[in-house]
Amino acid sequence: MLSQNSDGPRQVQIDYFDGSSRTVDVVDREVPYPDGKLIVSRTDPQGIITHANQAFVDMSGYTKEELIGENHYILRHPDMPAVAFAGLWETIMAGTKWHGYVKNLRKDGAFYWVKATVIPNVRNGKLVGYTSVRRKPSRSKIAESEALYATLK
Amino acid sequence: MIYNLTVSPDFAPDHISGWYFFNTWLQRQLGERVHLELYDCFEKQREDIAADKIDLIYANPYDAAMLVREKGFRAVVRPQGKSDEAIIATLASSDVNAVEDLVPGITVATTDDPDVHTMGMIMLESADLNRSNISIEEVDSYVLVAKKLLQGKAQAGFFLKEGFEELSDLIRNQMKVLVCSQISVVHHTLLVGPRMAESIPQLTEALLSMGDDEKGRKVLESMDLTAWEIMEEEETEFMIDLIDTLID
Ligand SMILES: Cc1cc2nc3c(=O)[nH]c(=O)nc-3n(C[C@H](O)[C@H](O)[C@H](O)COP(=O)(O)O)c2cc1C
Repeated sequence: MLSQNSDGPRQVQIDYFDGSSRTVDVVDREVPYPDGKLIVSRTDPQGIITHANQAFVDMSGYTKEELIGENHYILRHPDMPAVAFAGLWETIMAGTKWHGYVKNLRKDGAFYWVKATVIPNVRNGKLVGYTSVRRKPSRSKIAESEALYATLK
Repeated sequence: MIYNLTVSPDFAPDHISGWYFFNTWLQRQLGERVHLELYDCFEKQREDIAADKIDLIYANPYDAAMLVREKGFRAVVRPQGKSDEAIIATLASSDVNAVEDLVPGITVATTDDPDVHTMGMIMLESADLNRSNISIEEVDSYVLVAKKLLQGKAQAGFFLKEGFEELSDLIRNQMKVLVCSQISVVHHTLLVGPRMAESIPQLTEALLSMGDDEKGRKVLESMDLTAWEIMEEEETEFMIDLIDTLID
């Protein structure tokens, strides 16, 4: 499944909202979304991953052990503008559902596009975390998002 | 007091008698009178749920969300190894080989089964198809969905995977599957309403040990089930959250 891109990896530094940063290898290779599957994860109220289904593990390239307890920004791709996630957090912290198209970074530096929905998990009136469910996006929505995100960087 | 039991109308018609056997088995286990009410469509069943006429229901996951969050029901068990998956199929002889080959303007045959319809619509999104650019033809059963495809009156059809597999070979072989969902955490559950809440411990115990004796096993078989598994509250909440993300 893994084919090396002729351009080879480029090294990019990502600065996270919490002040931390890391340098990642990015390769310009898309891994197609698996047909019929939903990629599911859950986080605590701070965005730390508490649950990931098998499709999430397979697509991210990390093991389940590597994912649980990590901040969800481990998947942040440098092509994603920070403002997209600011919108996400603002929406879900207000208790409402968020939809958006996201380009995610795999452990091996390749990427995959998803249509994501994130909702707050409320139990007995109390926020206990968030659930994100991703599905296969259309090529036209990916193209639109690519163009839009490029202007927001 | 007579309790009312009902079953999501999406179950296979071959297993109707199984639900009557289950009802008899249940009355013996609980020492209570239970009446089984079957519906041939979701709408009428929902009216009776809204009117608080139902105490026990084998529900479609989509309805389970409403029953738990709005009607105070509790999911107690789920069928072992069974999840609700949806299929989009087309005519075997069609040029269409993937969902992305489907184009605006097509007619899609579907049923009133809410989770299959929702999953089907989600799987069409990757082809930029939605309510606004396709025609939706609702029919009463998966056999009729297949018929629409075979007659050329629809270019794609939504099926419950189980419903697709139960079609005769003759019909099924004239179709091809474009995509089959692999969600696995969305499934039917048996839910108990507020009036019957006190019976939950006794009911759960009886259901979980149903396969331990010959009689119970036979009843399970007649419903095409192998066993019941416990449904933890958080598991139910998770399933409902997940379904929530699929509805706009
Ligand atoms: C339930 C949930 C799922 C998320 N999924 C992703 C994801 O798949 N990819 C991603 O880059 N960010 C995801 N985020 C957003 C991250 O928490 C984070 O905001 C984002 O990666 C940007 O990092 P930053 O906020 O530190 O700039 C998710 C957040 C939540 C609450």
